[in-house]
Amino acid sequence: MAEVSLTGGSFSYGDKQVFEGVNMGVSSGEVFCILGPNGCGKTTLLRCLGGSLRLREGIVHLDKVDLSNMKPEEIARKISFIFQEHETPFPYSVMEIVCMGRAPHLSIFGSPSSRDRKIAEEALGMVGMLHLRDKPYTQISGGERQLVLIARTLAQQPEIIMMDEPTSHLDFKNQIVVLQIINKLAEKGIAIMMTSHYPDHALLFSSQVALMKKGNFLDVGKPADVMTDESLTEVYDMEVSVVSIENSDNGQNLKLCVPKLNEKP
Amino acid sequence: MSKKKIVILVLVPFVLLLISLALGRYTIPPVTVCKAFLAKVFPIAHTWSDQVDNVLFQVRLPRAILALLIGGGLSICGASFQGIFKNPLVSPDILGVSAAAGFGAAMAIWLAGTSVNTLSVQASAFVFGILAVFMAYNISRVYKTTPTVILVLSGVIVGALFSAFTSAIKLVADPLNKLPAITFWLMGSLATASWNKVLTASIPILIGVIGLLSVRWRINLLSLGDDEARALGVRTEFMKRFVIACATLITAASVCVSGVIGWVGLVMPHVSRMLFGPDHKVLLPVSIATGASFLLIVDVVARCATAIEIPLGILTTVVGVPFFAYLLRRTKGGWK
Repeated sequence: MAEVSLTGGSFSYGDKQVFEGVNMGVSSGEVFCILGPNGCGKTTLLRCLGGSLRLREGIVHLDKVDLSNMKPEEIARKISFIFQEHETPFPYSVMEIVCMGRAPHLSIFGSPSSRDRKIAEEALGMVGMLHLRDKPYTQISGGERQLVLIARTLAQQPEIIMMDEPTSHLDFKNQIVVLQIINKLAEKGIAIMMTSHYPDHALLFSSQVALMKKGNFLDVGKPADVMTDESLTEVYDMEVSVVSIENSDNGQNLKLCVPKLNEKP
Repeated sequence: MSKKKIVILVLVPFVLLLISLALGRYTIPPVTVCKAFLAKVFPIAHTWSDQVDNVLFQVRLPRAILALLIGGGLSICGASFQGIFKNPLVSPDILGVSAAAGFGAAMAIWLAGTSVNTLSVQASAFVFGILAVFMAYNISRVYKTTPTVILVLSGVIVGALFSAFTSAIKLVADPLNKLPAITFWLMGSLATASWNKVLTASIPILIGVIGLLSVRWRINLLSLGDDEARALGVRTEFMKRFVIACATLITAASVCVSGVIGWVGLVMPHVSRMLFGPDHKVLLPVSIATGASFLLIVDVVARCATAIEIPLGILTTVVGVPFFAYLLRRTKGGWK
C-alpha cells in the first residue's frame, strides 16, 4: 500500500510565494486530480511531492518516510514523473526511451540487461505501442509520445505516478485513451496524481479532486461533492455550471462542466 | 551492436595505423613495416637499414599513436558533451578549455628565455585549460544547479576572455622568434610528436576515456534534460560534474601536446550517430574509432601533401567545414 502525503507544505521561488499551508494525501488505487487556473502552483506542488523541488516548510511523507531523507534513486523506484514538455534533440528509438525507465533499478555504471528490455517490452505492450518499438521517438505523434512516456513510467515499476497535464496537446480520442489507461493503472493499485485544465476529466475519471487557486486549496474531496457551480466559478473566475446529462444509448448519467455564456459578444 | 561491426571498428584504426607508417617523404614498403614490427618480437633477419627503424619507431609510430589518442579522445568528448548539453552543435572546447590552454601555452612561450622548454609549455596549457572549465562551471552555478544554457554561455565568455589575453600576448611578443612559435602552436600540429609526448598525453586521456565509457548509458538520461533525468533517479549535478571533469582532462591533455585541433570533436560524433544511431552506449565507443581514424588520416595528409607541413588545425577545418555543411543540408537540421 503506497501513500504519499504532504503536511503544511509551503514553497517559494526566492520571495515569490507559490503555495502555502497545503495538506493532502493520495494512496494506492486513487486518482487525485488538481484543478486550477494557469500559474496557481499546480505544477510546482507536483514537483515538490516528487522530490524534484525542496519545500520551504512542511514535510512530504512517502510510505511514512520523510522524502527529504531519501536518495534520488530510492525516490525514483517509488515515484515516477511524466512532465508536460519533453524534448530531446536525439532520435532515440521508442524502445531506448522506454528502457530509460529502468534507470533507478540500475547501478551508475550499468545499462539495461535483456531482463530490463523484457520489462520495457511488456510496458510498451500494455499501452498498445509495441509496434512502434524501433521507430525514432522524435517522429511519432504527440498522442503516441504520451503513451510511450506512460510505458517508460511503467517500466520504472513505481507505486506512485505523477503526471503534469497528461492530456494537454492531445486530440479528443487520445485524451480519453490516456485517461482510461490512467484508470486502469489505478485499478492495479498505483496511486496517480495529476494536474489538469479540463474539469470534465476530473469529473469523469478521478476519485479525488483538489481545487487550487493562488497557492491554496479551496477544497479537496470527491469530485461530485467538491465540484459545484459555486466552487468552480470561484476557482476559474468565470461563470461555470455543472450539468448532468443522460447518454441516451446506455442510460449512463454523466456530469459535465460548461461555461455560462451570458454576454453575447 | 553486432560482433561484425565491433570487429570493423577495432580493425579500421589499426589498419590505418599500419598504412600511415608506410607513407611519408621517406616511403617504407608495407611489408618492411610489418617485418620491422615482427623483428621486435621474433628473430627475423634485419634486411633493412637502421634509418628505417629510426623513422618508424622514433618518428612515425609515436606520431600516429598520438593522432589516434587525440582524435579518439576529442571525439568521445564531443559525443559526451553533445549528450549532456542536449545540443548537437556543441564541441569539446565549448567550456573554454582550448582558448585557455592556448593562452597558457602562449604565455609560457612568451615568458621563456631563448630556448623554450616544451614541458613548461605543456604544463601551462594543461593548467589553464582546466582552470577555464572550473571558472565556467562556477560562474554558471545558480540554486546549487548548473542550467545548461548558462553553463554554455559561461564557457563562451570564459573562452572569449582567454582569447583576448592570447591576442594581447601576441601583440607584445617578439615578432621575430616568439610570435611565429605562438602562432604555430595555436594552429595545432603533431610534428613534434615523441614518445615523451605520447606518455604525457596518454595517461590523462586514458583516465578520461575510461571514465566516460563507464557511465555512457547514463548520458542518454542526461540528454533528456535535468528534470527528466532527476525524476529517473539520476544525480544530475554529480553526473554532469563527472562527465565535464573527464572530458576536460582529455581535451586539456590533447591540446597541451598538439595545440588547438578543432572540428574533430564536433563532426566525428555526428558521423558516428549517422552510422550507429544516437544511443550513447554505442555512440561513445564508435566515436573513439571514427575520431581516431579521422585524425590519423588528416595527419598523414598534413605531413605528405606538400613540401612543408600543413598545420592540423587548418586541415581539420578545411575538411570539416564542407563536411558539416553537407550534413546540415542532408539532415535539414534533423540530426538523423
